[in-house]
Amino acid sequence: MIKFCTRIFSLIALSISVLFFVISSAFAGSPTKVGFVYLTTPGDHGWTYAHELGKQMVEKRFGKDIKVSVVENVPEGPDATRVIRELAKQGNEIIFTTSFGYMEPTLKVAKEFPNVKFEHITGYKRSKNVATGNIRFYEGRYIQGVVAGLMTKTNKIGYIGAYPIAEVIMGINAFAQGLKSVNKDASISVIWANTWYDPVKEADAAKVHIAEGADVLAQHTDSPAMLQIAEKNGAMGFGQSTDMSAFAPKAQLFASINNWGPYYIKKIEELRNGKWNTGDGPNHWPGNVWGGIKSDMLVISKFQNMPANVAQKAQEALDGIKSGKINIFAGPLIDNTGKEIIPAGKALDDGALWGMNYYLQGVNGKVPG
Amino acid sequence: MITFIPRDKVSKNWIIIAPILSIVFTIFFGLLIFTFLGYNPLETLYQIFVSPFSRIDRISDILVKACPLIIIGTGLMLCFKSNVWNIGAEGQFIMGALLAGFIALSFPNIETKFFLLITISAGFVGGALWAFIPAILKTKLNVNEILVSLMLVYVAMLFIDFIVRGPLRDPMSFGFPLSKPYPEGALINKIPFPGIGFLGQLHYGILFVFLLVPVAWIFVNKTLGGFKINVLGSAPQAAKFAGFKRNSIIITVLLLSGGLAGVAGVIEVSANIGQLQPEVSFGYGFTAIIVAFLGRLSPVGILFAGIIIATVKLGADNAQMTMGIPKVVTGLFEGILLFFLLTGETLQKYKIKWSEGK
Repeated sequence: MIKFCTRIFSLIALSISVLFFVISSAFAGSPTKVGFVYLTTPGDHGWTYAHELGKQMVEKRFGKDIKVSVVENVPEGPDATRVIRELAKQGNEIIFTTSFGYMEPTLKVAKEFPNVKFEHITGYKRSKNVATGNIRFYEGRYIQGVVAGLMTKTNKIGYIGAYPIAEVIMGINAFAQGLKSVNKDASISVIWANTWYDPVKEADAAKVHIAEGADVLAQHTDSPAMLQIAEKNGAMGFGQSTDMSAFAPKAQLFASINNWGPYYIKKIEELRNGKWNTGDGPNHWPGNVWGGIKSDMLVISKFQNMPANVAQKAQEALDGIKSGKINIFAGPLIDNTGKEIIPAGKALDDGALWGMNYYLQGVNGKVPG
Repeated sequence: MITFIPRDKVSKNWIIIAPILSIVFTIFFGLLIFTFLGYNPLETLYQIFVSPFSRIDRISDILVKACPLIIIGTGLMLCFKSNVWNIGAEGQFIMGALLAGFIALSFPNIETKFFLLITISAGFVGGALWAFIPAILKTKLNVNEILVSLMLVYVAMLFIDFIVRGPLRDPMSFGFPLSKPYPEGALINKIPFPGIGFLGQLHYGILFVFLLVPVAWIFVNKTLGGFKINVLGSAPQAAKFAGFKRNSIIITVLLLSGGLAGVAGVIEVSANIGQLQPEVSFGYGFTAIIVAFLGRLSPVGILFAGIIIATVKLGADNAQMTMGIPKVVTGLFEGILLFFLLTGETLQKYKIKWSEGK
């Protein structure tokens, strides 16, 4: 009997110690493995560079507690599926896929690795272990519109868009709202580059805008090419995704900076605490996290190359958006054909923003397609 | 002046020594570059050449990546053997995928896999039609096929871009340029292995490669058609005397290579993407040109060349994931590898003569 009891006790002791070992090694032992997939290289000085800066913030914050793997230049197709799967196989516990075109590949791999967490940036499809995160880029565009309206002498604004998708169109419309708030005579012309990143095409589009008399330029593409052309031709413009003043010290009025770092840190922290989630609810379009100026995911760089009174107006717009006093898409909204979108007293909700396929007043032409 | 003079006889020994020397040189320069840049040189070489074979599912990834390269390369082989320079396989790939995609999306509820026979045939037709343009221009108007086939690549890229933004755009895609997903009947499934499950993305499309390589080998080595192609390429005058119809050979090889590129496009999209998007090819049509030459314009050689290129590409990704080596560095290494392999082959066949040229 005594023998039996000692056996039982030793067995219990053994299992407890094993359990303890497992738990302690799981929590204190190996670092959390984090994977990133980049569309281009950080050398684009735009979109991917902004993600690289976010990754650096993550490394700085967690130090030895995490191990980061990065794959750059991953095309949005079968290669993406393979790379994401490989990252999951190598034991990465959370994987950030940082371009819209990784949506299906991310979902496909996520199905095969239910224990790995996936963070798809700018997408709209989620699943149990796929969360989505995005930035309210359009808030920065409103401030750009305010500054452009006060700085332009020709009342012609040149805008370079990547593709006529909702995200870009809502940016143009937000710009138009900012413009209209300070200058009723100015209007926006849009050139579609049909690419996110092609410095040559972006530069060509900028040249066309300047030749047609535009003196303030804005872009929804990735490279600093537009600002470089503006700098050479005495025009002004806004930096995109990262601070581009190094490329155009005299031309950059300010830059809308994508600040992914805090989002990454938050999600990795959640994972480490076992609290990671997709924040999903029904009919909840733009991802659980769609942060803007208020949540610091969109940061406005220093106002420069403009008179103090313009900088002050810009600051007011910035503060207004931050405090919620300015609702960029509050009615009455009228599109540029004269049709009423929403009456006074109401405002567009997030879902309506993602359905935008029209220009508001102040924009020339019509949305292609 | 440097001139290349064909050797009278290619030495048997050099056929073996040349590739070995090429690889020795590549490894030497690779070690040099990696050491100089501060990466562990042996580990880098391990990641690039060995790690892609280190797991069974990684080997399957190589096959998936090599699949379109081998199919397109085999088609291009027929062209290059007969001295027809089809540089536009990329465009033919896209048009094949597009025509097949159009048919697939026209039958949204079809489930039977026999439908794949139709979409793959459509892919062949799409690619062949796109290659028919340079073929007809060359044979009727003597227009240079290099230029025409290359320029048509850009037309094809813009065309598919237009189609997925306009007519075939999924209304539920929030304005993003994507088509609806293909119906079940138009999808190529992954191969399930008993006890293991799926191996990465390994799909039934691979079977086409194993069918194509022997058929191409028999065609090139054992049939009159293959003989005609060879003669037209290596001795056009002899082909003329023998009464071979030059124009019909040119049209045939272009149609075949375009068609095969189109089939590669269908397999790639049906197995790996499952819908149309603005970009469906990622330079496969251009990389396959290297594959064709690296494989010395023979079907078996192309099979191995496709696997080598795919291996190095995957190895480069692994090197980046585990060691943080940027793609530009591994790309440089790829360049060195191809340079030495092709130089080795050229020097095997030609002598170099240096002369005080005028």
